[in-house]
Amino acid sequence: MKTIQELEEIRKKTLDTINVRKDRSGTRIVVGMATCGIAAGARPVLLSIMDEVKKHDLADVVVAQTGCIGMCRLEPIVEVYKPGEDKVTYVKVNPSKAVRIVNEHIMKGKVVDEYTIGAGDK
Amino acid sequence: MEMYRSHVMICRGTGCTSSNSEQIAKNFEEEIKKHGLENEVVVERTGCFGLCALGPIVIVYPEASFYSMVKPEDVEEIVKEHLVKGRVVKRLLYAESVEENRIKAIEEVDFYKKQVRVALRNCGVINPENIDEYIAFDGYKALEKVLTQMTPAEVIDTVKKSGLRGRGGGGFPTGMKWEFASKSQNDQKYVLCNADEGDPGAFMDRSVLEGDPHSVIEAMAIAGFAVGADKGYIYCRAEYPIAVKRLAIAISQARNYGLLGDNIMGTGFKFDLEVRLGAGAFVCGEETALIASIEGQRGMPRPRPPFPAVKGLFGKPTILNNVETYANIPVIFNKGPEWFASMGTEKSKGTKVFALGGKINNTGLVEIPMGTTMREVVYEIGGGCPNGKKYKAAQTGGPSGGCIPASEIDVPIDYDNLIALGSMMGSGGLIVMDEDNCMVDIARFFLDFTVDESCGKCTPCREGTKRMLEILERITEGKGEDGDIEKLENLAKNIKSSALCGLGQTAPNPVLSTIRYFRDEYEAHIKEKKCPAGVCNALLNYTIIEDKCKGCGICAKNCPASCITGQPKSPYVIDSEKCLKCGVCMQKCPFKAIVKK
Repeated sequence: MKTIQELEEIRKKTLDTINVRKDRSGTRIVVGMATCGIAAGARPVLLSIMDEVKKHDLADVVVAQTGCIGMCRLEPIVEVYKPGEDKVTYVKVNPSKAVRIVNEHIMKGKVVDEYTIGAGDK
Repeated sequence: MEMYRSHVMICRGTGCTSSNSEQIAKNFEEEIKKHGLENEVVVERTGCFGLCALGPIVIVYPEASFYSMVKPEDVEEIVKEHLVKGRVVKRLLYAESVEENRIKAIEEVDFYKKQVRVALRNCGVINPENIDEYIAFDGYKALEKVLTQMTPAEVIDTVKKSGLRGRGGGGFPTGMKWEFASKSQNDQKYVLCNADEGDPGAFMDRSVLEGDPHSVIEAMAIAGFAVGADKGYIYCRAEYPIAVKRLAIAISQARNYGLLGDNIMGTGFKFDLEVRLGAGAFVCGEETALIASIEGQRGMPRPRPPFPAVKGLFGKPTILNNVETYANIPVIFNKGPEWFASMGTEKSKGTKVFALGGKINNTGLVEIPMGTTMREVVYEIGGGCPNGKKYKAAQTGGPSGGCIPASEIDVPIDYDNLIALGSMMGSGGLIVMDEDNCMVDIARFFLDFTVDESCGKCTPCREGTKRMLEILERITEGKGEDGDIEKLENLAKNIKSSALCGLGQTAPNPVLSTIRYFRDEYEAHIKEKKCPAGVCNALLNYTIIEDKCKGCGICAKNCPASCITGQPKSPYVIDSEKCLKCGVCMQKCPFKAIVKK
């Protein structure tokens, strides 16, 4: 038999993993995954973002992918959409940069300026 | 559970399953493995999304991309493009969801925009064979609240306040039903669920059971607590194998979690469920016949009173609700009866699920707030009649209901309005008819059904409906006589007032309602021996238009009755005395020179 507490735990844990089907209003992290992105190493970036999101139990964060964003020389590109905020575009991301983006931008709301398209293209 | 970035939801309701969605699911799993995505993307088999006409349906989250009519061989492309590269495969999307610059998510397309999914809240969203997913979306939270914070009287009061009425046909207030049973004193009471959905074209209950079986289980446990019952039965027709299987899985999962059994959630409350299969008799959807069938007797109704709330299954107080009614219950407790009562009209609260069928573009399952008009259902959600044909009427309530003609298309749909129109809500079958449907033939069809399904216990239904059918058959065969319409009305009145159960009492409705709105069609059949819609074969004649006939002789060569004669290169003639009205000549004529009228 499950106690009421155990049921609540199941509820919370499962909701984290399937809420993407109902509530898609939270933060979206989008990774460019066209041929250019994949060739530049977008897959390990995507995986490290997913690991980090999982590790910190970030329930309202959706990790998605998109096609070619149009600046193939700057791939891997990661875009972050936070509700009510402007889109932030990170360029030439690698797995360790991705971890920092999740930790600082997603979790603490502090944009990692040095990786953004404004800084990275210099 | 693992965290996945993308969820591929594949419909495994009856409709999509019969067009091979299991193979699609297997192909997805295989392709995903091939591309090494098995830790990132999960494949889930889920319940009905509602747009059955366009099945098999696959939804990919987080984008909520709506793929329709997917074939097993399309899967490779979706995986390679969408799941690996993030490029939605536009070619395979539901056409309505593709706009010039943007792709709409599933909830934005017209078919879903007007819908409010309460009873169907989890259909297509969860895997119905995984209790954890049901629990995640507030599953069993209502039961917990009821068992830990409420008294049975408060539970009944909440249901009463919500204004919920029975969704199986009659529309009796659910809270009152529960109250009657709770007041009956007895050592043993029962909670039953009517899942013997038998109306032609109706599949609301099946979809709820297939897509969200736990919602019914949870609601039955709540009902058990409210009336003081510790045992329940779900009476499901055997023709619903997927629903039966998912119910069995759900019940065993609920028992494992201690959500059914002796000491539910450690509160000491005891309740358990069993499934009973119906053998396909329509009359077993009637409550007293259903009870007899569960008892192992022949499925026949008995006179009421005593009502089941006083003397039901095995002679004990019993409540019986329909699947959709139960599916609403947990939400009422989670969101509050005021929330539920805020939807709908004055006397009909909440939403209603309809199975859209017949001459309509978007065949499928829709859930709308009570008070939505037929126009919104047919044109905005249903996409109108195919091939630009004109809407003539919609049939609601199946063999017990009637039709809503085009002149009443703007009437808000609720229990009382439909009854005022001479129809009824019924369980939710909604069959749309266009100008090519003959209303006399429709009445004949439904009566043919009830004659077939009449159990034979009472004379008005056994003999009366049979006599009505004979008159209707005569009319459609061109042998109608003056006075037939009055005879039908007279018989109908007597059957309605004297039949034993709901089946007989409502059986004349399709006839009365078509006479009420389409009397001219009956008269055309009887007096002019003509079928205005061109359906009743006996009243139609095939003729060759002289000007169009080139005298090729193909019609004569193909006529099985050898009733077409003529000389090559001059117009041929059909002998209508010998004509079988098979229509072969019309199909074969290369010049469209043959007409039916």
